[in-house]
Amino acid sequence: MAGPVAPDSVASAVGITKAFGPGLPALDSVGITIRPGKVTGLVGPDGAGKTTLIRILAGLMSADAGTVTILGGAPSERLDDIGYMPQRFGLYEDLTVRENLTLYAQLRGLPGEEHEAVFGRLYQFTDLGRFQDRLSGKLSGGMKQKLGLACALVRTPRVLLLDEPGVGVDPISRRELWAMVGELTEQGIGVLWSTAYLDEAELCDDVYLLSEGKQVFTGPPADLTRRVDGRVIRVTGFADRRRMALTEALDRSDVIDGTIQGRAVRLLIGPGVPIPDAEALGMGSDTLIEPAHPRFEDGFIERLGGGPKGTSALATSYREIPPNDEPAIEAQGLTKHFGDFVAAGDIRFTVPRGEIFGLLGPNGAGKSTTFKMLCGLLTPSEGTGSVAGHDLRHAAASARASLGYMAQKFSLYGDLSVAQNLDFFAGAYNLPRARARQAIERMVEIFDLGDRLSVNAGTLPLGFKQRLALACAVMHEPPVLFLDEPTSGVDPVMRREFWMHINGLVQKGVTVLVTTHFMDEAEYCDRVTLIYRAEQIATGTPDALKAQAGALGQIEDPTMEDAFIALIEEQDRRHTQGEAA
Amino acid sequence: MKLPRVRFSGRRLLALVVKEFWQIVRDPSTFLIAFVLPMILLFLFGFAISLDSYGTRVGLVVQDSSAPAMRLAQAYQHSPYFEVTTSRSVEPLRKGMIDGDLRGIIVIPADFGDGVARMQPPPIQIITDGSQPNTAQFVAAHAEGVRSQWATIENAERGVSISAPVDVSARFWFNPELNSRYFLVPGSIANVMTMIGTLLTAMVVAREWERGTMEAMMATPISMGEFIASKLLPYFVLAQFSMTMCALASVFVFGVPFRGSVLTLFAISTAFLMPALGLGLFISAATKNQFVASQLALITAFLPTIMLSGFVFEIQSMPVPIQLLTHVVPARYLIPALETVFLAGDQWGLILPNIGMMLLFGAIFFFLAFRFTKRSLD
Repeated sequence: MAGPVAPDSVASAVGITKAFGPGLPALDSVGITIRPGKVTGLVGPDGAGKTTLIRILAGLMSADAGTVTILGGAPSERLDDIGYMPQRFGLYEDLTVRENLTLYAQLRGLPGEEHEAVFGRLYQFTDLGRFQDRLSGKLSGGMKQKLGLACALVRTPRVLLLDEPGVGVDPISRRELWAMVGELTEQGIGVLWSTAYLDEAELCDDVYLLSEGKQVFTGPPADLTRRVDGRVIRVTGFADRRRMALTEALDRSDVIDGTIQGRAVRLLIGPGVPIPDAEALGMGSDTLIEPAHPRFEDGFIERLGGGPKGTSALATSYREIPPNDEPAIEAQGLTKHFGDFVAAGDIRFTVPRGEIFGLLGPNGAGKSTTFKMLCGLLTPSEGTGSVAGHDLRHAAASARASLGYMAQKFSLYGDLSVAQNLDFFAGAYNLPRARARQAIERMVEIFDLGDRLSVNAGTLPLGFKQRLALACAVMHEPPVLFLDEPTSGVDPVMRREFWMHINGLVQKGVTVLVTTHFMDEAEYCDRVTLIYRAEQIATGTPDALKAQAGALGQIEDPTMEDAFIALIEEQDRRHTQGEAA
Repeated sequence: MKLPRVRFSGRRLLALVVKEFWQIVRDPSTFLIAFVLPMILLFLFGFAISLDSYGTRVGLVVQDSSAPAMRLAQAYQHSPYFEVTTSRSVEPLRKGMIDGDLRGIIVIPADFGDGVARMQPPPIQIITDGSQPNTAQFVAAHAEGVRSQWATIENAERGVSISAPVDVSARFWFNPELNSRYFLVPGSIANVMTMIGTLLTAMVVAREWERGTMEAMMATPISMGEFIASKLLPYFVLAQFSMTMCALASVFVFGVPFRGSVLTLFAISTAFLMPALGLGLFISAATKNQFVASQLALITAFLPTIMLSGFVFEIQSMPVPIQLLTHVVPARYLIPALETVFLAGDQWGLILPNIGMMLLFGAIFFFLAFRFTKRSLD
């Protein structure tokens, strides 16, 4: 059943189709070629079919149609040459680092006398040598990732399949992982790296872009970005009006996409139209327009037909949140201990009405703990806080009633229909019957849920799930919104649509607190605080943090991710010096 | 797409078994199910739940003053099973019955002495509280027991054997005191083995699916045979270990006699572990989800083992359809085999058919488990 072998490939698949039940197939006639010594990117939002394709390549699933060839044979005949790291790494949490490696080495038939040499090399490669006797369940996300990779490498494979290795890992570990993959390709291994992060696509040699099971782009990433060359501009010089400026710019017909980047607004201009000047954009004379470096994401957006327009119907119909002297959200020395373990220490910040504030940090740094304390879900060990003027200690319930909460994952009832979810949340927020009916009708209209009211929320496409989750969170028109990683894994058009609504709400005076380790989301914030090992290590506007990091690491024009890494490395350096002294 | 054909490898199996061993040792929930829960069950059955009741309060109405009637009344008064309130008529005791103070009334009729003299003793009347059927049955049975014991002595003293009353002489072999602990303690071994063999096995396989380790395993060259064997061996050993602990506790803590041989006991438990482990594997292969697996294991294995195996409720006294249903419960064959090896000894004639039935069910479940375990994520 070996298919045609593409020249210079270690793995290839042709015309792969796979359907799970009725409806759209998970994969619709998709082909891929993995070249030796190259990183092949399998890129697409959650639910695009990436995992299904990887499982078919690894021989764990059979395709309905199409052929897979790994080194000239079927995947099942080439198991020894395939290294595979599933999304959840496949580690045994009750086994130590060494025991996990030993298990995989024995299962893959690595001769016993070679164990020490191979493990030594892998410890050095992954820097896990110090932790070899630690239970893998007790490792951080980044270290689990590396151990998962090491387990896939015990017998040097010729094809390495990595299913979303960058998910849930902080930027530092992600950068290390890329460096490791770089070393592997130098040895001639063909690597498949699947990801929902479009910035990772730029690091790949070849990219296969999937959307809803269909292949929308194939080729080197530069081929896609080249199409938008010269059409991306960076507009600055309107300080506090940037959200309004973005809304207005997006409503123009010559602008097909736009995002906020700290103080600046980044715009993608449609094909065949001149770049508008400041006057055309209706901005002041201090406005500066300069060309920006195009990104893979710009190309993807253009391929998908451009992003949404600027005016949010949700914001238009939302009530105006009255101005107030009190800060909308306040944390005063919030601290949480679990036994000896400090999950969050002395967290302080205030967010005035109508601002977006971001909690940034690697997994396990204490973002969620802080978030839960402010939601009134965890009682702080020390310190206090308030939401919309309600003290958390004395009026946690009324504080909760004045906030809307949305997490991209888990916040809906998958077994209830869309209409039932809306009804439930209207009831949970205690809306009077007539107001609830009105609110539901408005949400259905704004988010275009009319055709899907009787569909179970669990079976909705990801984009609609996200719309529904936002609808449920804002139905009662709260003055404060809490967002927990609201858009990770969502396709960029949906992400733009989400932030368009949030931008609109903020202009109406809604205050937003967002936790994220996704740098794109950080750019939308007025101010962010970086939490690392339960401590706040830096607070300021995204531009200020970037400037601070730029000075620290002598990086020119650092991205938010560069800033994140530089600040954390600086903190680690100080920490080590402190210990040494 | 062709599924891989891989040769069985002892080294890979060993690696998997070692992994399983560390997981058992380090996972507190496994330890709890395998060691702590059996002991709790055993002590619960051994001490707390007893089907015997001593000193049940009953009324005794003696309407006759002849010597045999007095002797029978005395027999009731001395019986350890009863605490007797005596009266000349039923009327004063009626209130006690209604209030629930008395569990029954035994009436020795007025012509009792005459009847005995004529060698035709009239029946005694036993009134019981039908709203509590178990106690009612117990009172009736023991009241009759005491009477028949009295009758035997009475006849022996008079040197009369031919005229013995028709329904006498129940002799309880092997458990002369009818001590229910003797049944319950070996019976709890069945529970323990079901718990480890079915519940725990179903859950540990489902856990591999849930945590995504199954996916990673399948990407290595292991065969499903190796995988299944790596689950069977450790839990087989674990179940035998817990069984041994329970057996030792039965004999040395609860004083249950052990009249058979250790080898026979292991033969029986091995035979039972086949259907238990097979069902566990089948459940986990069919569900791949720990919650559903544990519910299924409880409903298909644990509850039938308690209720339909004859361990707590006697099968002969069940309605016929339920009696028929008990034939598909593997524990139904384990309980009599265990009772035989503990209380009677190595009666192979009784034990072998039961072992045969258990092995038959084992074969069926294993067949199903292998049919449903696929080396694929489809």
